Amino acid sequence: MKMPNGDSLPNAPALTNGSGSAAVLAAGIGSFALAVLACAGDKSAAVKNLLIFYKPTGPLSGVTATAILIWFFTWGILEWRWRNRMVAIKRINVVAFALLGLSLLLTFPPIVDLF
Amino acid sequence: MELTARALWTLVHGMGFGALYLLACSGALVELYRLTTSSSSSEPAPSQQRFLKVYLLAMVVLAWAAVLTGAYVIYPWYRAVPPPGTTDLAMFPQRLLMSSPTTIGWHSLGMEWKEHIAWFAPISITMVAFVFIKYGRDLKNHPQLRAAVLCFAAASFVSAGIAGFCGAMINKYAPVQGGHTIQLSRGEEK
Repeated sequence: MKMPNGDSLPNAPALTNGSGSAAVLAAGIGSFALAVLACAGDKSAAVKNLLIFYKPTGPLSGVTATAILIWFFTWGILEWRWRNRMVAIKRINVVAFALLGLSLLLTFPPIVDLF
Repeated sequence: MELTARALWTLVHGMGFGALYLLACSGALVELYRLTTSSSSSEPAPSQQRFLKVYLLAMVVLAWAAVLTGAYVIYPWYRAVPPPGTTDLAMFPQRLLMSSPTTIGWHSLGMEWKEHIAWFAPISITMVAFVFIKYGRDLKNHPQLRAAVLCFAAASFVSAGIAGFCGAMINKYAPVQGGHTIQLSRGEEK
């Protein structure tokens, strides 16, 4: 960040936090998408068949490929919207950590079996 | 001393990409913390930042290589379906694990968990590398962003650790076998 005379403020960020926040939130969303798709594929035969993109790997191919597409798409959109902005990163972190935590839980088979 | 082609691929996936990634994780966590905390008195040299950027990029490559070889090279051999009437399941690891109540858990819990949780490692470390390459030492001025980066790097480590542990145990009880044999050396008769 620059002062009106062009000098940098001491300890002031040189970059806005928007770009980093976009990457953090997108990683949380991508992880959550993977966990939800894995869970859906496990619970529904129709979804499972839809997720078979590469037969030798089975539904794992569709789960991961779709999640990666969702992750990149979300990241691209958020980066485009936030790259030059200061955003409420505290709230974004809470959402990203919650999504990551839920993702870790949703991939644990005994928890998936509860649904 | 010989090795099958499938065993070699399993080694490359687990001991090569996976184990190397796990080893690199602890170093990345320490360096990320050290270089981005505002309490550190001396400014890191540009070469130190450049080193960590290259280090993180190498981790990204290792993480993606580990999950891609796992999912598209080894997993198809693991989940191969035996022809009807097959009694020797040595070439069909998933079915071998499922054939006994003492080993079925390694598939129903171990592999089912591993095949999904492993993917959090490359997703997380790609984000960590992107943020560090973009912000560098300026991360010390973004404490919340730094916390997110360290948290996702730790999550990446945990995910890779769980996947690695499950993989090692599964390979212990039902190793992926087959393919052509690679002779490493000829033993001498004693």
